[in-house]
Amino acid sequence: MAEVKLFRAWSSPFPLRIVWALEVKGIEYDMIYEDLSNKSSMLLQYNPVYKKVPVLLHKGKPISESLVILEYIEETWKSKTPSLLPGDPYQRAMARFWAKFGDDKILPLIWEAFIKQGKDQEEALIAAHENLKYLEVELRGKKFLGGETVGFADLTFGWLANLVSVFEEIAGVTLIDHEKFPLLLTWMKNFMDAPKIRETWPPRDKLINHFRALRETLIAKEPK
Amino acid sequence: MEKQNEVVVFGTWASAYCTRVEIALALKGIPYEYKEEDLTNKSESLLYYNPVHKKVPVLVHNGKSIAESLVILEYIDDCWKHAPKLLPEDPYLRAKLRFWANFYDQKFMASATQIIMSRGEERERAIKDFGEVLKVFEDGVKKDIPAEFPCFDGKNLGFLDIVVGTIACNYEAFHEAVAVIFSPETNPTFWSWVTALKNHPLMKEMLPPHDKLVAVMRQKYFQSA
Repeated sequence: MAEVKLFRAWSSPFPLRIVWALEVKGIEYDMIYEDLSNKSSMLLQYNPVYKKVPVLLHKGKPISESLVILEYIEETWKSKTPSLLPGDPYQRAMARFWAKFGDDKILPLIWEAFIKQGKDQEEALIAAHENLKYLEVELRGKKFLGGETVGFADLTFGWLANLVSVFEEIAGVTLIDHEKFPLLLTWMKNFMDAPKIRETWPPRDKLINHFRALRETLIAKEPK
Repeated sequence: MEKQNEVVVFGTWASAYCTRVEIALALKGIPYEYKEEDLTNKSESLLYYNPVHKKVPVLVHNGKSIAESLVILEYIDDCWKHAPKLLPEDPYLRAKLRFWANFYDQKFMASATQIIMSRGEERERAIKDFGEVLKVFEDGVKKDIPAEFPCFDGKNLGFLDIVVGTIACNYEAFHEAVAVIFSPETNPTFWSWVTALKNHPLMKEMLPPHDKLVAVMRQKYFQSA
């Protein structure tokens, strides 16, 4: 039994970041799948504040919030390469900045564009593109945001690589087009091809069924 | 001519997020130049150094810029490794401090915004909700960082002290401009922590003056009223 346990839901992109980090660094762990519609008492005990996944349990001590967990992994298993964060303080700050930007701006806007329709969807997409432009600029001359190998910020944006095409297929809309965002699309391909990434992400058809059902539920709930 | 260790902070006097950066630099004894921004007329420099968010604070160190107060605090600790350390060495404690700093910035601020935006019964409910958020924070910090709660030992300000103090120590201005949201009776532990922080010489020096802050809060929050 590994001293590291990861509570996750199979479809959620946040715990997937942690899976990638643990896999890439070769850290042994046990996976505990949660049914988010019926959360286990263990999850509620280990993350009473947010009651969410991911939760990392290390020697019985819980850590939640994916970006906090990534930093914990990096600091605890210092000798396990590759490093997720560079040594240089400025580069570290940039990785943290972009990760936060992704979670605060890009993810919610792409999600909005996916679950909304009509004018709401159009507006969300415009706002998403406004923000994605900065990422496109940041990717100039870089294979990954972390440099030559996948790093902290890449893991945080990793959901783009497996979920955007799923969302596009379900909603029937192009979220990230190759004319406006060629570097981003190249990044998505490089990320997908990096070690441990594609082999650990959920099967596409399952994701399509799951997110299609979720989208339909959310649309049905919208006030007319 | 090369400028070694040139540090510039772009900020506004009323912003707690900017005070965080100034306190951290002062704690580490790092000299810096401060540039006051008029957010209704942002400078070319601000837009150049923070094109993504166009906000304050921004720290510019030898020409390279960093935005977002929590990112800046970690940068200051990473870059100037001498004492006092803002974050401890232990990864688990660091994780807890980061967790609660994020909770504070996301949950508290959302809750306070609800109070500001509402009136009458809705505001009463919002204040009650805020009380619950504060309780979760108090209990959580006590549980996760037991040996150091209140975090502030009377001498050194740490990461969470800076994050919480720069906002919470202005509570008197908020109480006067908006509504009373906590008291020694409702939240004694938080109250004693904030009171101790308010008495720290750096906080006293860096926090905005009460009357000016009340005026700004009234103007900003009730512009549409």
